[in-house]
Amino acid sequence: MHPATATEKGTFMNELDHFQEAAKNPEGYGKNLKASGRPVIGCLCSYAPEELIHAAGAHPMRLFGTKEAIVNADGHLQTYCCSLAKGVLENTLTGRLSFLDGAVFPHTCDTIQRLSDIWRLNTDYDFFADVVYPVKLNTQSALDYTVDIFERFKKNLESWSGQSLSEADLTRSIEIFNSIRDQLAEIYRMRSKDPACLSGSLLSSVVKGSMILDRDELPERLFRLRKEIEEGRYAVPGNERKKRLIVAGSLCDHPDFFSILEESDGVVVWDDLCTGSRYFDETVDIGVPPLEAIARRYVERRRPCPAKHLSNTARGEALAAMAEEHKASGVIFFLLKFCDPHAFDYPYLKEYLETRNVSVTLVEVENQLPPEGQLKTRLETFIHML
Amino acid sequence: MSQTVSKTPPPIAMDEKMKEIMTNYYIEAKTASDSGKRVAWITSGGPVEPLIAMDIIPVYPENHGAMIGASKMGGSLCEQAEAMGYSGDICSYARADIASAVTCGGPIGGLPRPDMLIACNNICGTVIKWYEVLARYYDAPLFIFDTPMCHTDYPEESKRYVQRQVHEYVSFLEQVTGRKLDQDKMEEVGRLSLEAQRLWQAVLDTATARPSPMTAFDGFYHLALIVTLRGTRVAVDYYRDLLAEMEDRVAKGIGAVPNERYRLMWDNLPIWYRLKWLSKKFAAHDAALVADTYNTAWCRSLRYIDENDFLGSMAEGYTRMYLNIGVDQMADTIIEMAEKYSVDGLVMHSNRSCKPYSFGQYDIQRMVRERLDIPCLIIESHMIDERSFSEAQTETRIDAFMELVEEKNQCKER
Ligand code: SF4
Ligand code: SF4
Ligand code: SF4
Repeated sequence: MHPATATEKGTFMNELDHFQEAAKNPEGYGKNLKASGRPVIGCLCSYAPEELIHAAGAHPMRLFGTKEAIVNADGHLQTYCCSLAKGVLENTLTGRLSFLDGAVFPHTCDTIQRLSDIWRLNTDYDFFADVVYPVKLNTQSALDYTVDIFERFKKNLESWSGQSLSEADLTRSIEIFNSIRDQLAEIYRMRSKDPACLSGSLLSSVVKGSMILDRDELPERLFRLRKEIEEGRYAVPGNERKKRLIVAGSLCDHPDFFSILEESDGVVVWDDLCTGSRYFDETVDIGVPPLEAIARRYVERRRPCPAKHLSNTARGEALAAMAEEHKASGVIFFLLKFCDPHAFDYPYLKEYLETRNVSVTLVEVENQLPPEGQLKTRLETFIHML
Repeated sequence: MSQTVSKTPPPIAMDEKMKEIMTNYYIEAKTASDSGKRVAWITSGGPVEPLIAMDIIPVYPENHGAMIGASKMGGSLCEQAEAMGYSGDICSYARADIASAVTCGGPIGGLPRPDMLIACNNICGTVIKWYEVLARYYDAPLFIFDTPMCHTDYPEESKRYVQRQVHEYVSFLEQVTGRKLDQDKMEEVGRLSLEAQRLWQAVLDTATARPSPMTAFDGFYHLALIVTLRGTRVAVDYYRDLLAEMEDRVAKGIGAVPNERYRLMWDNLPIWYRLKWLSKKFAAHDAALVADTYNTAWCRSLRYIDENDFLGSMAEGYTRMYLNIGVDQMADTIIEMAEKYSVDGLVMHSNRSCKPYSFGQYDIQRMVRERLDIPCLIIESHMIDERSFSEAQTETRIDAFMELVEEKNQCKER
């Protein structure tokens, strides 16, 4: 593979290289983009309304945890905090995110809620915003309120950038993001149809890369990438014979996990991850006032994050339907330790799925994957029981 | 000075009354179906007044959790929840309560079955997940009263959204019960609720006296009614009597800690299974915990609610709760209280059960140190899961902390 330093265009043979490069070194990519004159706004969660940031002329970049040692964040967050929040804070405190112009904190879980305060009090970027979402998604008042908070966020962006955000700007951004989402979903569908067309770890870098790469160029890139996948450039023969699985959880920033899984005779054919389908699931309607249209996507999406309430069994139904649609016989819950919203849902989802003949297993990670041998044995056991 | 006569103060007379009221309350709740009354489970910071006005019995899983903790049954119930698949890292109230629902375990054999569930996220997002579990288990209707976090302010759009939910909430209750809310009764309940909150704040304020007639540990016990019965005459009468008793103690110079020399402040929920131990431990150092952020959390809405328009103003009161504000505002509140109660040190309970209360404590600690120059101690636990508590370690840390407090005080005296 390519050394983590090369970012100049042209040295890459394959479209996929750009995604992988960005996924491996998001900070390096962000720095370059910033140096080219584009403001960069860090996004904390899949609920960050990226279209608005993009329409304001800035680059929305998803923030991830860190593989580096935690040194500074331990002075702000206790040991029982998830590695994502800790990692993001560590990155900002050590200056690895100094290229950012600011960040946006959508209100989701208790941890992000406090991380927002800690970030606000300990950093001094130009831009900062909380987008305080409703927790429930099933009422008209919650939808109206979501439109209101987007109005506020739009104003925040306008007063920061000094430019007003027109409806046309927003619509243009919506179209770009819709294209990105459509194409990511298309790649997922291609892979569900033929899991041998691309390895799971490469697919994960496609989604992660899409949260980092310049969105203006991304639709073209995804288009070329699809062509390359179709040509069979990334084929991994044998994957089509492996057991079909779904991964569910918050963030999975461990491409190795997918490799180990494929070595264990399983293959992920769809997911319910923030670093997966939660990023691209469902598009924004055109022809509706833009802020309302964006709000509707978040409020009406059928596969919400567990930190949001759609109904008491929405996630069970969604996962069961996903397993059926993609002919998956098992769901692997990939959960970050200390992640409350996901931990609360696990027992019921397990029961819900098992009574529908979908097997379930749990992999809990703190910062790093469990030792490879151990993880492999567990996955193999699970897969062979299917 | 009475330095030499180390006399244990007489027990608080109202303790007995509290026991009686709470026993009656739980008997009434547990026999609700016989009396044809409906039961609603509601979160501790939830808007209970409309329930009382509609003669629905409110039941608080969190208060139940505290009882479980105080009877040291939290560890085994939490363990059962873990066997059901719940992570040992989630709130121990939720774990114990869920296990108790399934097994009817705990000091009172479980809570009465709910006819409805009311979850308000002004304390945490955990309650949403917890109540979803309950809603599935009991197949009971769930109403979520959504109070957007006030990181720095309380914006117009939040105000509108929460106000709309007040109406949605009332409609929900009317639909479940098939009855109309009586507006006059509602206003009366609202007034009683505010009256109880004012009296409770006055009770806590008596701790500004030296020596303090009560400690936060006493508060944790007497708090039960402001959580469970605010909006009733019983709570008002109770706190009026308790206030009289505390004022009498102040007049007679009776301190809760004999030879009170140091005054401390507590942050976060109590460690329910070690209340007595901690209280003795600090008393042995002549230290009284005179203030805390938990007992006062139920009085915060006072400043926002209009006595003459309870339904029209409760939205703000319930949204701007202590846990629903930014870390910097929490620090301001702590500093204000530390000054008001003249405290010499801050004890922070880093509560593995409660992330929204605990994350940010390190920053608060820094702000307090910068502005007040008082020592600060952090002790860690899961508030009702006694399996997580290290007594020896905590003891050593308290001793070291108290030495610091003593040193600082000697410097001041010199
Ligand atoms: S799990 Fe939910 S709250 Fe957490 S990052 Fe993903 S979308 Fe956001
Ligand atoms: S949803 Fe979970 S993983 Fe995401 S920030 Fe919250 S606790 Fe961490
Ligand atoms: S202890 Fe904390 S997390 Fe648990 S219910 Fe109370 S506020 Fe929520």
